[in-house]
Amino acid sequence: MHLKYESQLREPLVDGIKDYHQVTEDIVRPIEVKPSKLWYICFFISVAFLMFGVYSVYREVVYGIGQWNVNKTVGWGWDITNFVWWVGIGHAGTLISAILLLFRQGWRTGVNRAAEAMTIFAVMCAGQFPIFHMGRVWMAFFIFPYPNTRGPLWPNFNSPLLWDVFAISTYFTVSLLFWYSGLLPDFGTVRDRAKTKLRKKLYGILSFGWIGSTKHWQRHESLSLVLAGLATPLVLSVHTIVSMDFATSVIPGWHTTIFPPYFVAGAIFSGFAMTQTLLVVIRKVYGLEEYITMGHIEAMNKVIVLTGSIVGCAYLTELFMAWYSQNKYEGYAFWYSRANLFSPYGWAYWAMMSCNVLSPQIFWFRKMRRNLMVTFFMSVIVNVGMWFERFVIIVTSLYRDYLPSSWTVYYHPTIWEVGFYLGTFGLFFTCFFLFSKYFPVIAIAEIKYILKTTNEGFKAKVGGLEAQPVEEFAHDYAH
Amino acid sequence: MAKKKFVVAAFDDEAVLFPAVKKVRMSGYKIHEVYTPFAVHGLDYALGLRETSIHTAGFIYGITGTCTALGGISFILAYDWPLNFGGKPAFALPAWIPIIFELTVLFSAVGMVLTFCYLCQLAPFVKKHHFNARSSDDLFVMVIECTAKTNVEDLKAFVTSSGAIEVNVQEAETEWWLGTYDKDQRLIKDSHVEVA
Repeated sequence: MHLKYESQLREPLVDGIKDYHQVTEDIVRPIEVKPSKLWYICFFISVAFLMFGVYSVYREVVYGIGQWNVNKTVGWGWDITNFVWWVGIGHAGTLISAILLLFRQGWRTGVNRAAEAMTIFAVMCAGQFPIFHMGRVWMAFFIFPYPNTRGPLWPNFNSPLLWDVFAISTYFTVSLLFWYSGLLPDFGTVRDRAKTKLRKKLYGILSFGWIGSTKHWQRHESLSLVLAGLATPLVLSVHTIVSMDFATSVIPGWHTTIFPPYFVAGAIFSGFAMTQTLLVVIRKVYGLEEYITMGHIEAMNKVIVLTGSIVGCAYLTELFMAWYSQNKYEGYAFWYSRANLFSPYGWAYWAMMSCNVLSPQIFWFRKMRRNLMVTFFMSVIVNVGMWFERFVIIVTSLYRDYLPSSWTVYYHPTIWEVGFYLGTFGLFFTCFFLFSKYFPVIAIAEIKYILKTTNEGFKAKVGGLEAQPVEEFAHDYAH
Repeated sequence: MAKKKFVVAAFDDEAVLFPAVKKVRMSGYKIHEVYTPFAVHGLDYALGLRETSIHTAGFIYGITGTCTALGGISFILAYDWPLNFGGKPAFALPAWIPIIFELTVLFSAVGMVLTFCYLCQLAPFVKKHHFNARSSDDLFVMVIECTAKTNVEDLKAFVTSSGAIEVNVQEAETEWWLGTYDKDQRLIKDSHVEVA
């Protein structure tokens, strides 16, 4: 009795025999019990990191950018590396929720909520870096075009750095709206189950008074679909624009037309890796193995090996083009500063190559794709590699300028640069622990929607009803 | 405000709900609303609700965003404070496409979500009459409006025979939460609307 049919051969997206109530139970129960000791320990470690980050930023604000080791030659150091890294991580969530929704990929339902949350927190972390990199952060509002007494003097709309401001803030807003509109029905479910007055009140506020009427669902579906349609080009545009921060410059090593697709693939690559890191843990801790199945893990590993290979292809293309153009500055940037293991930053390039290109190839093997330990280990390796990618792009292109007189000494970060980075980890995990404790980590309503076509128990129960002739069925219910 | 009487019937399977909706509507009763735990596709059609036009609103908001960005940037960079970038034209449309696109998406998304919240009357601190708390868990709750002429006992027996597992009668205030959208739903007897 369903308009969507799945092949019996397909792996079920929800394991075990479930009915609607069981789905609610399984997903809501972890947020109704008291947090475990382990949760408190992890949460306070995250908060400690966050506090260290706040102190590092405080020093930067009070004493100035001199607290960092960035200098005239390496003007973008750890800060912009970390910015691009976090933004990249923030690409998986909306990709999973928007692009996979348009492609009608059923497996997105198990993982989209957590991935979208991760996106939002990652973008929050990313945003800190360019803001504090400005130096005089109290003047950050100068980037907005508003009539002012300085002329009025406007920002330069032709600059990719301003495009970034618009792209990142739009991306954050749209991801947040998409995520929250999907959460409304689930908050309604949590509210209706709540035992204590406080929970009823709190989730009542969060649910906006959702009661699940058919008309609301109809609008909700339409809203999700259009938001997905809007978010799909948005996801691609954001990292394209981030790549243009580099690609529109004339710095050898940055000035390449391959950057937009290469950055987008890299972003999806690192975002999926971070999603894996979190999901492998969450499914274990909250006992959600039946919703985030090995099938989900495998599907994401497939995306990782695909995007990892695209990124690898881009690395090789860059090397080829540097040779083929016979431009000596390009050749120096790519063949001396990067690909040469014995140049000052050659180690970073080869760390990137081995983490991003060589090691994900292990996922060509089904056994490895379905191995949790390998998945977890690889997801961390990929993000280490992706961090090195941004570091290599930024630092190896900058540290030797056109003139040897402006060549910099070996750039390494100060403790406050590192502290800022650790602080964003603290922010990310603090938010994520709060999310996983108080929000339903799986989209309950969406799981219920796919349950019929994918769950063995339901298939058996409605088997008789499905024997109804197709014509009669179509006559009764089809649009 | 006037109180209205409703017969509230709960079903535990959408496969039973669909024929029941059809039967109840064919018999001339007015279904106030069906509350479901998830989006049951085709139910809006079976209830005779009209298509939502929220996507049209989204389009209009998007166009507004496009015009705002294009108008704003061209005013700023081509009229109010033209800058000379190596003698290139001040009206540099290709370089503005990213921001025009972003604002189109931003306006459209924000506008649509606000419209959605307005149409569905959703906001923090809003509390609506809930006919059955389990309708957000595992029950599909059909709420049938009773008029002065309705024989409530007959109706209860009728929905039970259609497969409802729980039937009760509730009175609720006709407050704003009742919405205006139920005007769209036409009774099958009154018109030429067909279910298929």
